Amino acid sequence: MQRHKAKAGILSAIFMGLGQIYNRQFIKGLMFIAVEAVALIYFISNLGRAFWGMTTLGESPSRLEKVKGIAKMVPGDHSIVILIESLITLLFFVLFLIVWYMNIRDAYKIGAERENGRPSHTFKQSVRYILDYKFAQSFLLLPGMGILFFTIMPIFFMIMLAFTNYAAPNHIPPAKLVDWVGFETFRNLLVLKTWSHTFYGVLTWTIIWAVLSTITTYFGGMLVALLINQKGIRFKGMWRMLLIIPYAIPQMISLLLMRNLFNGQFGPINQYLGYFGMGGLPWLTDPFWAKVTVIVVNMWVGIPVSMLLIMGVLTTIPRDMYEAAEVDGATNYQKFRIVTLPMILFSTAPTLIMQFAGNINNFNAIFLLTGGNPVNGNYQYAGSTDLLVTWLYKLTLDQNKNNMASAIGIILFIIVAGFSLYNYRRTKSFQEEDMIQ
Amino acid sequence: MIIGRKAVNFIRLGLSYIVLVALAIAAIYPALWILLASFRPGKSLYSKTLIPEQFTLAHYKELFTSPVYMFGTWYANTLKIAVFSMLIGVVLTLLTSYALSRFRFKSRKTTMSTLLILGMFPGFMSMIAIYLLLKEFNLLDTHLALIIVYAAGAPLGGTLIAKGFLDTIPRSLDEAARIDGASNFGIFTRIILPLSRPMITYIALTLFVGPWVDFIFAKLILRTKENWTVAVGMWDMVNTMQNSNFTLFAAGAVLISVPIMILFGFLQRLLVDGLTAGASKG
Repeated sequence: MQRHKAKAGILSAIFMGLGQIYNRQFIKGLMFIAVEAVALIYFISNLGRAFWGMTTLGESPSRLEKVKGIAKMVPGDHSIVILIESLITLLFFVLFLIVWYMNIRDAYKIGAERENGRPSHTFKQSVRYILDYKFAQSFLLLPGMGILFFTIMPIFFMIMLAFTNYAAPNHIPPAKLVDWVGFETFRNLLVLKTWSHTFYGVLTWTIIWAVLSTITTYFGGMLVALLINQKGIRFKGMWRMLLIIPYAIPQMISLLLMRNLFNGQFGPINQYLGYFGMGGLPWLTDPFWAKVTVIVVNMWVGIPVSMLLIMGVLTTIPRDMYEAAEVDGATNYQKFRIVTLPMILFSTAPTLIMQFAGNINNFNAIFLLTGGNPVNGNYQYAGSTDLLVTWLYKLTLDQNKNNMASAIGIILFIIVAGFSLYNYRRTKSFQEEDMIQ
Repeated sequence: MIIGRKAVNFIRLGLSYIVLVALAIAAIYPALWILLASFRPGKSLYSKTLIPEQFTLAHYKELFTSPVYMFGTWYANTLKIAVFSMLIGVVLTLLTSYALSRFRFKSRKTTMSTLLILGMFPGFMSMIAIYLLLKEFNLLDTHLALIIVYAAGAPLGGTLIAKGFLDTIPRSLDEAARIDGASNFGIFTRIILPLSRPMITYIALTLFVGPWVDFIFAKLILRTKENWTVAVGMWDMVNTMQNSNFTLFAAGAVLISVPIMILFGFLQRLLVDGLTAGASKG
């Protein structure tokens, strides 16, 4: 009774690649050994510091010291740089542990096969095996790394920030250190009067905005699509082309343009109104009218998308359903209510929920048009039209209240992700995707 | 009775045309207005007539010759960034969507849900982290940094849509090819890629337009004026001199919008497919 699998496994656990060499897979073994060698060099110099950094976030702030009678700035620990460096190191360490585990499992498995009398694969055969059976995983490796470092790592970082006191004016590195504070930031945001008043106010408006903007663009788009699709309307293609134009103009341009058009003093809209003897409206400067303006402008930007979507659905409704309705003597309105509307709602419901979730995070519409203004004196660094996202932006980039911004971001993320996940898991394309074929 | 019905129909169509004309005017007016403003002499935002009394190309000329606005440089920068992040992003998106559509492996559904959720994360929330990461690698103020970040984020936006499309390509084609001895990679390049041309175009278009219109991230990374993209430049133009030189802004806006509008015009059909891909799979 040979004990190849245990031996190979233990050898590989001691040093990556040894088990593979024991299994006579020399090229693979050497590759694993090389990986471990590089990793050892890297981790010996970095891992200790990473653990230290993660727990303390730096110990000595920058300070003035007298060197031979002259005051000199001695650079200290930069908490945020330390935090992110530690995070990167730990991420590499986790990746290394995964590779290490895979290496042990590989040695063990091949050892077991040898015990059963099967010779181990040559290098060529291993490559072939991966290409045939582990194709998906190896295909996902490259995009996965990109996502790991540019999406997941930053998210970890932001989540961590919410548990620190990284905020102006007292805890901005490099002059000062940052510390872990636990749930204090969340407590301040949700309970402390100064912050919670703004938070609930902005949250309410965010939800009102998301509901109104979704409904207006959706039903606006439906109306336009139905108008164009009526029997007897000519030049259908032309109408569609004309109405699609707002969609083709980059939002950045159209919203900045609208901001000029609606300008209370110089804006053409008020000047036209004045022309007809009407007083101008404070489109962007009055809290109520500013809210009206963003909704209206968002309709202009968003209706073409819904229109396209619903036109697409209309073409898929079977004609015989209408014919059946006609035989039963249904009026136009009844046909719409009984056939068209349910069909549209049925096939666009997932998109509708996604649009709602997207509107909660609709940064561009607010930021480019009003910048969150007009200013609201009762709010902490937020204006009357600020959504949670734009408030978060202001808190980070203008006010340096990074911990507060991160806490808001986490809450926002939970809301939006909850919606989309619920929606996605419900859709048939997720549950029954294999039934398509 | 029949006459009554005809009259009702006539009124209905008449009203519909009136509404359509009104909507069309509302849709075109701002676009037309900015186009005409870009040809208007002077700098003012307001003019009494929609159609200018005189036409001039001076604003376009100024954009490219003025020492203050380096519009030509910005345009070239944006084009470069957009093309490269589109190419890399399309490849990455196709890799993920092909793997998710055609292979069944453990944690596949988890991967899909994770992609969806990560895509929901407000992008600039992670800006500080990415900023520091790029600083670590000495990539701040470079176009490479933007390309890497846009391309790395591409699979988050496009994978699920592209996967939905790939699912509709019959798997019997794959199997036939497999019997003929094609490898996984061969199937991908010879069957999947040619058949998914509409989807690739859609993804490529969205990835190309992204860098044109993104200014938040570009503004953070690109510090020196000659490295800016058009979006950052235009944003700066509006913010530093709102209303004082509107016609120049209009000219810049036209130059940014026209290529995108032409692309959209050509690809209208595909856009509809792309939009509905996520919706009506049921």
